[in-house]
Amino acid sequence: MNAAIKNGSAIHAVNVSRHYRMGQTEVRALDGVSLEVARGEFLALLGSSGSGKSTLLNLIAGLDRPTSGSVEVEGRDLARMNSEELARYRRHTTGMVFQAFNLIPSMTLAENVDLPLRIAEVERGEREGLVREALKRVGLEARMGHRPSELSGGEQQRAAIARALVNRPSLLLADEPTGNLDSQTGEEILGLVKELNQSLGMTVVLVTHERPLAERFARRFVFLADGRLAEGTQTGGPGAGA
Amino acid sequence: MKAPDLLELATRNLRESILRNSLTTMGIAVGVASLVAMLSLGIGLQEMAGRRLSRSGLFDTIFVTSRQDFRGFDRDEGRDAPKPEELRALDQSAREEMAKLANVVEVFPEIRLMTEVRYEGKTNFAFVAALPPSAREIEAFEEMKGKFFSSEKAEEAVLSDEFAKELSKKPEALLGQELVVRYAERQPLAGGNGAEEGEDPAGFSVVRREQKLRIVGIIEREPYGGLRTVSRGRVFIPTALAEGLNVLQFSDLRGATRDQSDRKTYTSLVVRLANPSQVLAAQEAIKKMGFRTFSILDATRNMRRFFAILDLFLGIFGSLALAVASIGIVNTLVMAILERRREIGILKALGASDADVKRLFFVEAGVMGAVGGAAGVALGWALGRAINWGTNAYLARQELPPEQIWSVPWWLVAAALAFSVVVSLVSGLYPAARAARLDPVQALRYE
Repeated sequence: MNAAIKNGSAIHAVNVSRHYRMGQTEVRALDGVSLEVARGEFLALLGSSGSGKSTLLNLIAGLDRPTSGSVEVEGRDLARMNSEELARYRRHTTGMVFQAFNLIPSMTLAENVDLPLRIAEVERGEREGLVREALKRVGLEARMGHRPSELSGGEQQRAAIARALVNRPSLLLADEPTGNLDSQTGEEILGLVKELNQSLGMTVVLVTHERPLAERFARRFVFLADGRLAEGTQTGGPGAGA
Repeated sequence: MKAPDLLELATRNLRESILRNSLTTMGIAVGVASLVAMLSLGIGLQEMAGRRLSRSGLFDTIFVTSRQDFRGFDRDEGRDAPKPEELRALDQSAREEMAKLANVVEVFPEIRLMTEVRYEGKTNFAFVAALPPSAREIEAFEEMKGKFFSSEKAEEAVLSDEFAKELSKKPEALLGQELVVRYAERQPLAGGNGAEEGEDPAGFSVVRREQKLRIVGIIEREPYGGLRTVSRGRVFIPTALAEGLNVLQFSDLRGATRDQSDRKTYTSLVVRLANPSQVLAAQEAIKKMGFRTFSILDATRNMRRFFAILDLFLGIFGSLALAVASIGIVNTLVMAILERRREIGILKALGASDADVKRLFFVEAGVMGAVGGAAGVALGWALGRAINWGTNAYLARQELPPEQIWSVPWWLVAAALAFSVVVSLVSGLYPAARAARLDPVQALRYE
């Protein structure tokens, strides 16, 4: 066990499989993966497209359920939760960032960031301060009233990060967050994620296929190929200081 | 999610596809409008018919006579029947007792007297009939010339059109003029006066009297549709005034042959109730008091049944448009799910439960129903008004009096709104369930 796991594991996945049925054939998107992620860790899930890394992330996010095996997050088995409990888990424990940003185009940044607070039924009076604080943290306080379409890709992704952290989740899950950005902006975004990982102590799971970028920011790598864990580096890259 | 947030999100979503949602909402509005217009006409017609019936002054009244007067006509009473003097007399105490019965509005005697009417030196024979204050409401006085009696004891007269023409070539000129009626007054015998020693002191004397009356109105139609004794009067005076005159009545003559002839009795009394439906119960109570009663059967009961069926049919036709509109809601919301797949996925990723998503779509359907319902009620109201206006314009051309054939009671407004929301919510059931089932992983897959 490495040092990070000693202060308690954030994610504990055992023999997780996720199979789909597409017509007559069964697709094994994930096939017997076991994984341990420590609290406060910055883990990169690497692999080519179709390797199962996004499937694993969705299982950790509680958006999907494993066909077999268990995914425990902070000691609670997601596979045993009903859909209401899973929703509550997503509401309070996880924050998600996507490749496509997934901001709601008709809403301003402030409204987008406010959305998780509404879903979590946070009191109206409290919400405004939290939204402002989250946007300030990603440097978009001045653009609260703008719509996503008025912003650059990097700014949109920063807004999405603000939305992911506004509920103060313990787990930040990022699915190819740099996929739609140029390399410099991508680095800025991952720098921001790294900063949140360090300053807020959020556990980060980053799904990417850009290995060089992951190596600069993540502390540990897991490689997936054809739904299984592949041999690979488990230690952090040069930029992965604790 | 909390209700205000749900509502805000729902209205925001509805505003996003404003054209499509407005069209759908308009469909609901038209449906509700047709329902409201149909039912308001049905209700209006029912109220109109009810008004006519109640204004006829026939269906809410019971005519009470003493059994003494009709003794002998009733065969089943046989020979064991009580003697006339044992039967209860229709006197003041009976009148007071009837007035105390539940729902009784007024009890008054029907007084009709034969008089000699003098006007401008000419004499005419005429029946004078007494009318209670409530007669003001009956049809005959709707279109009268002049005014109704100014008070219950006013020394005023309303003439029948026919009689007015007999008195003067210009009947209108009679209004405000005075005429004199000469009548027979029943006077009690004071201290045995008029009765000789050893004779039964019971009895009364008849004295000729005169009463001045100011003509205040002229009516064309016979009061109470010509169906009551008082209908055939030619001069009408207030009941309270007539009672004070102590006019000699038919019953007095009958009573004179009986032992209680010194007591004043009524030929008949009219008991008026607040509502025609209360007639039966009151009639039973009065029969138990020992009197003969008569009422025209509750005609409103059949009328209500007829209108219930009419309203049902009108409602069904009105609802058809709403049924079509509800399909519009299903269509709009299913379209919205397809368009907002990703958004639903985002909501779920951010922690919205299936129930939250379901409620969101439900509220959207409900908002469309409420807005459409409100617009529909307004539209239906306007439509009903327009039909009413058109009908009255037609009636006016035919030189007929205007009618209110349209009525939108508050409960119809509330029911139409509620119905609209309920229909919309039911229409939202399927789309909402489908949206809630949406797999967030599929919805969020990057394309």
